Order: sequence, then C-alpha cells, then structure tokens
Amino acid sequence: MSRSLDHLDKLENQSIFIIREAYSQFRNIALLWSIGKDSTTLMWLVRKAFFGKIPFPILHIDTTYKFKEIYDFRDKYAKEWGLNLIVARNEDAVANGMGPDKSKFECCNQLKTIALKQAIAREKFKALLLGIRRDEHGIRAKERVFSPRDEDFEWDYKDQPPELWDQYKTKATEEEHLRVHPLLGWIEVDIWDYVKRENIPIPELYFAKNGKRFRSIGCECCCGPVESDADTIDKIVQELKTTQISERSGRAQDKEDDYMMQKLRSLGYM
Amino acid sequence: MKTQTPLNFVIVGHVDHGKSTLIGRLLYDTNSLAPDKLAEVKKISEAHGRDTEFAFLLDHLEEERKQGITIDTTQVFFKTEKRRYVIIDAPGHVEFVKNMITGASQAEAAVLIVDAVEGVKEQTKRHSYMLSMLGLNQIIVVINKMDLVEFSQERFDKVRNDIQEFLDSINIKPNHYIPISGIKGDNIANRSGNMDWYNGLTFMQSLDELKNNPANIEKDLILPVQDVYKVDDKRINVGRIEAGKIKAGDAIKILPSNQETAIKSIEKFLENTDEALSGECIGFTTQDSVFLDRGDIICRSGAEPVVTDRFRANMFWMSRKPFSQDEKLIIRCATQEIRCKIEVIEKRINSSSLELLEENADKLENLEVGEVVIKTKKPIAIKKFSQVQELGRFVMILNENIVAGGIITELD
Repeated sequence: MSRSLDHLDKLENQSIFIIREAYSQFRNIALLWSIGKDSTTLMWLVRKAFFGKIPFPILHIDTTYKFKEIYDFRDKYAKEWGLNLIVARNEDAVANGMGPDKSKFECCNQLKTIALKQAIAREKFKALLLGIRRDEHGIRAKERVFSPRDEDFEWDYKDQPPELWDQYKTKATEEEHLRVHPLLGWIEVDIWDYVKRENIPIPELYFAKNGKRFRSIGCECCCGPVESDADTIDKIVQELKTTQISERSGRAQDKEDDYMMQKLRSLGYM
Repeated sequence: MKTQTPLNFVIVGHVDHGKSTLIGRLLYDTNSLAPDKLAEVKKISEAHGRDTEFAFLLDHLEEERKQGITIDTTQVFFKTEKRRYVIIDAPGHVEFVKNMITGASQAEAAVLIVDAVEGVKEQTKRHSYMLSMLGLNQIIVVINKMDLVEFSQERFDKVRNDIQEFLDSINIKPNHYIPISGIKGDNIANRSGNMDWYNGLTFMQSLDELKNNPANIEKDLILPVQDVYKVDDKRINVGRIEAGKIKAGDAIKILPSNQETAIKSIEKFLENTDEALSGECIGFTTQDSVFLDRGDIICRSGAEPVVTDRFRANMFWMSRKPFSQDEKLIIRCATQEIRCKIEVIEKRINSSSLELLEENADKLENLEVGEVVIKTKKPIAIKKFSQVQELGRFVMILNENIVAGGIITELD
C-alpha cells in the first residue's frame, strides 16, 4: 500500500505544526474565535493538535451586534467541546451606545479592536491564534504567519520580520504580542472541502434560506447576504467554483474607504 | 475527488521589471479576477491618474500604491485547466530583500523576470543568487517588455546571453527563456503574433510543466521533537516527520543523547493509525520511558544525521545592523535551538556582483553572504543541505530577531 498526503492533509499538517509552534514558544496563548467558518475550522485543528484537550482559553470578542445564531452556536459547542471560553466586551463603549450608526470605522475599532486590547492586557496573552487567510483581502495577503504587534497594537507592515523555512519570530518583548495565523495558506474552497471532509459543524447562516446566504459572517448590522440557493456544502463548493463575486463583498468594513482595512489593521484589527 | 496540490512559485527580479504586472496579466488571462476586484483596481488606478494598473491587485498597502512599488511579499491564487497555482510576488527593491527571501523560501519554483530594455540589473543577480542559496532548481526566465524593443530577436538574444552567463556562474540551469510582454499579453497565455522567431513554450505552458516538490518519504527517518504534552496522564511527544516514515514497533535512536528505544504508539486525535509519513504532524509514545524534549531528533540507528559542534556554512546576513564577529548568535535548525559563535568568516561576498570583498573578515554587512565556520556550544544534529534540506538549513537569532539564514555546506 502506498499512501500519500493529499492537498487537505498537507494544509492540515502545516496548520497543526504552526499551532504547536505557537504553544511551544509561549504557553500563554488564546484562540480568537469569531464563530465563523474559518475560526471554527481553526478550532477543529487546535482540538486535533492537542488531542481534544485544548490547554488554553478560547476568546470571543462580543460586539453585542452578532447574529443570534452565532451566540447559540458558541454556547452549544463551548459546552460540547469543553472549551475554556472567555467572552470579552468593551463594556464602556457598549454602555455609551456605540454602534455602526455613529461611524463604521469607530464601531469596529471600539467594539472589536479596543475590546481585544482590553482582553489581552487583562489576561496577559503573549500570542493569539487567528483564522485569517491570504485570499480574503489583499492586506491580509501581506501577513506573516507569526506577526508581531507592538504595545499600541500597531502592525509595522513596512518592516515585517523575515520568515523562512517554517522558522518564525517567536520571541516577543514585554510589550509585544504575536498574531499567529495557521490558516494563512488556505483558500475559501479549501475551508469548505475540509469542513465537509471532517464534518465540522458551522452556523446555519452560511446555508441558503429563501434564496440568500452569508459567505462571511460577523455583526448582523454590517453583513449582507449574497443571492444563492446553496443549502448544502456541495452546492456551496459548486457555487464557489463558478462565482464571480468575492468573498467579503458583503462586509462593510472592507468597502467604506480604499484603505479602511489597512487603517483598521494597523490599529490592531483582525 | 481529491483536490490537487497547488504549485507555489515566486516571481523575482529587479524593481520595475514588471513582476506585479505579469501577475495581473496571469489573473486576467485565466479569468481569475472577480468583477468587483477588477472594478476596484480600475477605480484606484483612476484615482492615481493611471490606466488600469494590474499591480494594484497585489500592491495593497497605501504606500505601495502611492509610490508604485511592492514593499512586502504577497500571495495570490489562480488556476489553469491543468492545476491550481499560488503565485508569490516578491519586492524587487534592494531595501526589501528580506521580504523577497521570505517569499522565495515558500516556493517550489521561481520565475526570474528581466526587462528587455534595461537588461540584467543589481537585483536580477542578487535574487538569482538567493534562489540558488534557497535550493530552488526549477527556474523559468522571462524577458519582459518585448513590446518596448519592437519584439526584436536580437535584443532578446543579447539579454538572454547576459543572464545566462551569470546563472551559469552560480550553477542555475533554467528550464526556459521566454520573450514576453506582460502588459500586452504576448506569450503569456496566448502565443504572440509579434515574435514568429520564437518557437518555445508560452509562459503558461512552461508553468504547467513544473513539478511539486517530492515528498521525502524514501529518505532516512528524521523526526524533530516539537513539544511534549501531558494528556490524561499520558506523556505524548509531538513533532513533524521531516523525512522518511515511522510505524509502531520501529526501533529508534534519539539524538544527541544516543538513547535507543522503540515506538510504542502513533497518536492522532480520533484516528487509529500505526504508521505515519514525511510531512505528517504526529504524537507518539515510546516503549521505554525516556524523557524527550524539544530539539531532540528521532532517527534510525545506522542512518543518523551527523552530531557535531563545528561545521561550514554559507550564511546570508539580512539585518541593517552589521554583524560583528564577537557577537553570540542562536542557531535554529528544525526544532533545535543552540547558542553559537561564528569562528571564522572565511569570505565576505557581495550577494549581487559575487565580488569577494574580504578574506578572514570580522564582520558581515546587510545583504552580504559569508562563507563561515560555525561553532555551537552544544552538539547539534545536522545534514548537508544537498542531502536533506530540512536539517541542512538554519536561521540565526540575535536579540530575539531572525537576522540571517544559511545552508550547511560541509560537516566537520
């Protein structure tokens, strides 16, 4: 019998290698779970990497504007998978009524980035695992696998550390933390192929109802659905093979201004 | 149906020789561009007062678009009828060579682009040299902007001979030399009607010929220990098999301690398996209770890597702060991490002109290559780069940053 690794096997192994590398170097890390398909896939890989017993917390940044389905899904699987779940909110901003009606930029910055900053400061995490992919957005394509953020959370995209032969920048000074991106090399259709192969549960929002479905999910107010009849994973994969519309076309923060994503990211946005 | 493994290739060359434009053309000709992305690029091109500029597909940073240069490496995806590709775009400017190396180290093949008007320039040579150091041996040379030299065969031959002469000197044998125009599309997906004198492959055909890196399955076992976990009172060692294969019951040897034992079990979450191959991340337990640690190398008795504390290497310095020989470095090779010093810098070499700058030097400046002798504080398990790349290449750490990369040329 001659067995060989296929494409999904290779992606899976590369991601597990990166996850274990991050834990080996820092120990005090967390997985940032948005409950979307990517970070849920990452969760699946993290469970594999640690034989089902994840030795660090799972962090959910709650803007309070997420879809109800997202909260239900989170609570169900946090229990089923025995997760050490930390829910973080920027309580002051929420109390002051921050919302997308004020400014989309400020809303993302306050309810996501600042909430994340507060959580990192409180828990003293040295590294965060994030499920971003290069094919989602041109700015994300520029990322390193291990990407440092300084004390102000800034991403110094003009002077990123070299990264070669799976050797990463794994030491950080007191003030820094690292963003670790185990799914950077996956593309959207890989995620779906893998979700199908592994039978990974994901929120129902991704599947078409009444001719519409979400390709990318986040806050209810800033996510638009796409026209689609894809109500199974097979149909979604088929749709992706023929579609001419990009994945994040329904996401407001990518569109508002040519460089909004870069500005958000340089301030520490995911 | 299994999804085919994509081929990763990097496009390198001097600044402004047309890397990003060539990539834009590939995406356009293979219908890989979503209309909203194309519309965005048109809009941004207009805002910058230009015709539709494919480079904006890749140059996403505000500074990149304003200055019209690529600062950091990026990756894009496209497919032909034959297979999927990942294109790694690498900056051509001298200031961003470390980003170029980051990009190129992830590639299985490289495309070297040379401007037909300007010919061979500083970064053309430096990038070629880096490709040879990184061990890339599938290389396609494209001579771009043929439209600006009236599709002249004479000009093509001249530039081709210049680059070939340099590549010969560093032992690179390209698969093809192809005359193209990225901006007009000549010889990219479609054969050019402007260069009847050229009978070779189109660029796309030459890509479809490239091969994925072979798996290291037939080589001797190398399994560097990455970490040790305690799961339900069981100690599980984890690591990625870098070469060979392993199964339950196999006798193993542990370096550098030279202990011998056997594999008791292979551990994977929710899977029952007793065999694993090169490329797989596994957990394993041993028959005797030996305490493994990160950096230990699992191999087979009789087929061990060399364990030594002194060896020769070619080391590429990529930090703005020059290296002075009295500084102590940390070498990382697979999961091994050991303090070391550079005992001798036999040669200091300019990585573009290949000029010998100094013998028995006491420093290395940014972008210089040193032929060095490295002395480690504790023994390290290594191979020559030409034998097993995974144990024959290393990075150097200084003040918590990666400052150099290198390949092992001779074992002491």
